[in-house]
Formats: sequence, C-alpha cells, structure tokens
Amino acid sequence: MEKTRPLSPHLSIYRWQISMILSILHRITGVGLGIGTLMISYWFISIASGPKSYSTAQWFFDSILGKILIFGFTLSLVFHLLNGIRHLFWDIGLGFEISTSKKSGWTVVMLTFIFTLIIWLSAYIIKNTYE
Amino acid sequence: MVEFTLPKNSKIKKGKKHPSKGVGKTNKNFKVYRWNPDDEKNPQLDTFEINLDDCGPMVLDALIKIKNEIDPTLTFRRSCREGVCGSCAMNIDGTNTLACTKSIEEVKGEVSIFPLPHMHVVKDLVTDMKKLYEQYASIKPWLQSNSTNPSKERSQSKQERAKLDGLWECILCACCSTSCPSYWWNPDRYLGPAVLLQAYRWIADSRDEKTGERLDNLEDPFRLYRCHTIMNCTSACPKGLNPAKAIAETKKLMHERR
Repeated sequence: MEKTRPLSPHLSIYRWQISMILSILHRITGVGLGIGTLMISYWFISIASGPKSYSTAQWFFDSILGKILIFGFTLSLVFHLLNGIRHLFWDIGLGFEISTSKKSGWTVVMLTFIFTLIIWLSAYIIKNTYE
Repeated sequence: MVEFTLPKNSKIKKGKKHPSKGVGKTNKNFKVYRWNPDDEKNPQLDTFEINLDDCGPMVLDALIKIKNEIDPTLTFRRSCREGVCGSCAMNIDGTNTLACTKSIEEVKGEVSIFPLPHMHVVKDLVTDMKKLYEQYASIKPWLQSNSTNPSKERSQSKQERAKLDGLWECILCACCSTSCPSYWWNPDRYLGPAVLLQAYRWIADSRDEKTGERLDNLEDPFRLYRCHTIMNCTSACPKGLNPAKAIAETKKLMHERR
C-alpha cells in the first residue's frame, strides 16, 4: 500500500521565504568559499613557481571570468561571515522571533552588498594609486 | 536523502475544472490536490470556482462547500473548525497552516491547496501521519519520575510553570515538521520540529526527573542536529509557537552538560 501512495509535493510548491532563501544561500556560499580557497591556493602556487606561471595567473584573474569568480568569492565570504554571526546569535538562543529573524536576514543581505562594494571600491582605489 | 523532484507516481497532472454555476461577483478559484487510491492515475490538480458571497470566510468553509455542493468525494480531515484540534493542517497558498483559521481573503488570486508536504498521501488532502506519531512516541511524551508518587499533585513554582508556556499549546498538527526541508530530506532519522518541541516540553518541565535520559536520546547527529535553523517551522506554526527556539534551547542544554 505504502509503495503505491504518492509523495505529496514539497520544494516545488512551498512558498520561498527570506529565512529559507538565506539558509540555502549559506550552504551555497560555503561551497563558494571552498572554490575560492582553491583559487587562492592556485595563486600562491603560481607565485612560488616563478614569474612565468605568476603572469599566467595574473592574466587569468584579470580576465572577465577571473573577475566574476573573485567577485563571487567576495560576495560568498562577506555573506557567509555575516550570516554566520546571525547563526551564532541563534546558537545562544537569541533572535528567534519571526520579526527579528526577518530583520536580521535583510540586514545581512544589505550589508553583504555594501561590504562587497566597499571591498571592491577600495581595491580599485589602491590599484589606481600604485599604477 | 535530498530529492528535489517527485517520484514518477507522484507527479501532478492537470485536473478537472468545475466552473461556478451561478453568476457570482466575487468568484475565486480553488486549486485542490486530488489523488484517489482506487484508480491507477497520478495525482491531479482540480480547479473549483466558488462564489464567495455564498461561502464562509475560511479556507475550510470553501472545502466543505466543495464537498457538499460540487464533489462529495473530496477527502480531508477536519474537526474543531477553530484551530484547536490540528486536523485540517495542509499547505495553503504555499505555506502550511490550518484550513479553519486561514481566511480566504488573505490569499491573493487563486487559492492553491495541497496536502502537508513530503508525506505519503492516503487520499486527496489526507496524509499518512504514522511515522510522525512513532517519532512522537519515541520521545516518551509523559511525565517520568524516579521518586515515589507524592500523595498530592506535584507542585511547581510560577516561574517553573512559566517555562512551559509556548510549549504546551502545541496541537501536533505537523505544519512545522512538514515545512522543514531538513525533515523532507531525512524523515526517517531527523525527528523534526514538532516532535523536538514536544521533547523540549518535557525537558523543560521541573516535575520530570528523566531530563538526562531525554537529552541522551536526542544526542545524535540526525535526531536533533539536522536542525540548521532554517526557521520554516516557526514561520508556519498556526499557534504562533517557536519550535526553532525550543530546538536551540535543547542544543544549549546539550552544550551545558558537557
């Protein structure tokens, strides 16, 4: 009997809410951090391997794809850090009211974009002053 | 395990349309999940057009109207019609809630009605709750003591009693557990928010003397720790309770006793 009984729909019909979206984004950005760490390792290895490999790495990171990857890495890093702090508050039992968790969630989203923008702007300012 | 898509026999097909007979000014479409165990067909989504001028204010009123006037085979659980029994828990307009306390007016556009998510369907909106009740039994939801029974009732201070507020009100409708993606992916090993809130209800009870054993039972990577604070449970609870917080308090106790 149980085998013939259908499974009721779940992910496909459940309304996406901020709490749920940020939770899955925490996972995804966690994976992003893993990929980003590999990227940084590659960059370090390229430095250690001499000027030729380093210039190849620099060419890659300066390409559009490289920039998109680094931008994604920055976003992941900032989001995961901020949302991680949100999780620490939950771990001590704070911020569980629906209104509070919505507010803290939107704060994380806003700060993620603001901090990422600040990091990239300052990176460009530093780059321009030294060139 | 994580399975984003439905099994073949569970895929939802287009269903029948039941247009309203009279010309109502305030007609509203109700899309209702249907599955009949007596035929071999897949589940389908039937559309019922309801004249709201001639219907009660709650989603349950519409379902009863459909059953009375359009299709008597429509199957759903209901009893108290005032949010006390938890029978009419279902997925309405994308979130889990009780049909009897969800007003039709709250829903913009069509009202979609599905059974509680990621459960085995018995018929239409009725799901098999057996597994959840077994999990509920596994946490021994009754007062346990080592000492001999007192001659009078077990007394509690006002502060001790206050700790049970927000826990005893749970009606076990399973809106929370079936809203939880963690419970969707691990329904066999993760207890889910409803049962964990109940577990904490006994852990927090000053009269219960088996707190240690209760925590031991939950000390498991799956039973308790599959909760990742997704918070769907708290958003869904039709009684305004906070299962996510109850789980967090349990985790805190786990840490404190180390």
